[in-house]
Amino acid sequence: MTTTASSGGVKLLVDAKAGRISRELFVNEDIYQQEQEQIFARSWLLVGHESQVPKPGDYFVSCMGEESVILCRDRESQLHVFLNSCMHRGMKVCRYDEGNTPVFTCPYHGWSYATDGKLVGVPFYKDAYHEKLDKSQWGLVEVPQMCNYKGSVWATWDKSAPSFLDYLGDMRLYLDLLLDGRDGSEGGSEVIGGVQKWTMPCNWKFPAENFAGDGYHNISHRSVDMVGIGPSGTSRRDLGEFAAARRVNASFPDMGHAAVCDLQDENATYVPTYQNEPAVEEYFKQVSEERKRRLGDKARLLGLVGTVFPNMSYLARQPRSISVWHPRGPHTTEAWRWFLVDRDVPEEVKEMLRHYYIRYSGPAGMTEQDDMENWNYAHAASRGPIARRHPYNYELGIGAGRPDVPLPGMLTERINEENARGFYSGWSRAMEAKN
Amino acid sequence: MAVSKSRIDHLLLKYEIEQFLYQEAELLDERQFEEWLDLLAEDIRYWMPMRRNVKFGELDREFTREGQDISWFDEGKDTLVRRVNQILTGVHWAEEPLSRICHSVSNVQILKATPSMSQPTEVTVKCRFLIYRNRVQTETDFLVGKREEVLRSVNGQWKIAQRKIILDQNVLLAKNLTFFF
Repeated sequence: MTTTASSGGVKLLVDAKAGRISRELFVNEDIYQQEQEQIFARSWLLVGHESQVPKPGDYFVSCMGEESVILCRDRESQLHVFLNSCMHRGMKVCRYDEGNTPVFTCPYHGWSYATDGKLVGVPFYKDAYHEKLDKSQWGLVEVPQMCNYKGSVWATWDKSAPSFLDYLGDMRLYLDLLLDGRDGSEGGSEVIGGVQKWTMPCNWKFPAENFAGDGYHNISHRSVDMVGIGPSGTSRRDLGEFAAARRVNASFPDMGHAAVCDLQDENATYVPTYQNEPAVEEYFKQVSEERKRRLGDKARLLGLVGTVFPNMSYLARQPRSISVWHPRGPHTTEAWRWFLVDRDVPEEVKEMLRHYYIRYSGPAGMTEQDDMENWNYAHAASRGPIARRHPYNYELGIGAGRPDVPLPGMLTERINEENARGFYSGWSRAMEAKN
Repeated sequence: MAVSKSRIDHLLLKYEIEQFLYQEAELLDERQFEEWLDLLAEDIRYWMPMRRNVKFGELDREFTREGQDISWFDEGKDTLVRRVNQILTGVHWAEEPLSRICHSVSNVQILKATPSMSQPTEVTVKCRFLIYRNRVQTETDFLVGKREEVLRSVNGQWKIAQRKIILDQNVLLAKNLTFFF
């Protein structure tokens, strides 16, 4: 099976029903190029967080797929997302990672753009252009649609794309478990300063699929579970609250989103987790009780991980974070990670969380290091002509019973690869979609 | 020409500190991780900020802030011990099989010695590092940067009390940081 997407065979490469996914998806150059048009130029992508650009003139340089974009707040406090490329000769108009500016001035010929994207300065406008350039037509390219959802900022290059909330559909319930306050209040998160950025030698879909709900890869993390880095010093994520709960996976195969959550038993009570630090423990007990008061029975739902198609993944509880898997060719991914806390979290709690985030996640994260090793060499061993003849096996849990719980999505329980199958169903649809 | 005592004290101290840093590198490169841990003070601060591209004149924002922001490392001895123990499990896949690592330490400067160069109990040092890592078959990383550290004399032995690691990269070009700087 060497069919590529360009010869019209995406369907042949993804057999979600039978649980077979071709390795071509990960290593084939043509498919990668087609993804840039079909997926990254059209899907809603996470660009940043509003707390990164609180004041007029603030900007954060981000990426949508392979392309550099600027998230900025204009003088009227409106958020914008622009392609980071001068309209004259394409030079990046901003090569800083973040900051505050009244204008973006291109270092090549000097065209300048205001923070609302308008072209406001053109050298020799009178003498050389004879005032004949229509500046109103040559502002920075702006995304046709942008959405600030509970502080997370999303954008798409497709003006006919559904609204962000339609795109998200019922996945919203699970994403809220990341973005809402620990006390159950709506939104209110902020990013801790510093976005981790690093490169991984694997296709972007390895991490996206893993975060969609790979509950099967415990052996990957055997070493960190043995030495213990969790909040109370054991395993990797020793959150006692998950013990008296049902692990539920929710897949949205039409769109490719997927989430994993825990539905606590009806009579579940608060389980102490941060005993090593009494003040932190007291805080989490308090917000947990407040959440229960506020949400009632709905407070039983606790988020774990998920992926919003195509490349935004998150950890909803701990370490509470957003990642984006930027494609950098079929064989390389640039990972970015933002860590979140509630805006009003006490300093000592933030301090404890910050340390936990760092020792868990990212290239120095004792958990994620082992994930990356697996993605790296799984990818490397899938590139050859013989390897490509053999699809990956995604049969785990096909035909397993559906849990009877009132949650949206195609549900499965505990360890099951339904979420991954759903992710590739969504991928397949996106790759074939005409609009 | 007589050489002043203070210059000799400085020279001797610099030699002693260089020897210490080379021996430390030797332990890491020879994978004697537990012996390496013995060189760390119990209250060690091991910190490696991330670096941003910022505008000229705003260089104070270049590094993520200690004690406030996210960093590559922000460790005390407890997590450094855990990191060593993780490697020693034999199932830490990112270091199994173990990487081949070479630490090169150079440009050693003694910035400060207290109470004096002749009888120092604490020394502030700056140096350069070049870490070469090669693992499995062809995977290779070069990590180059600066270190600023405070060494403290404890019962006649130098211990590392503070280490600030400045890596000269923005997007980290290595897939992980499973080794020590």
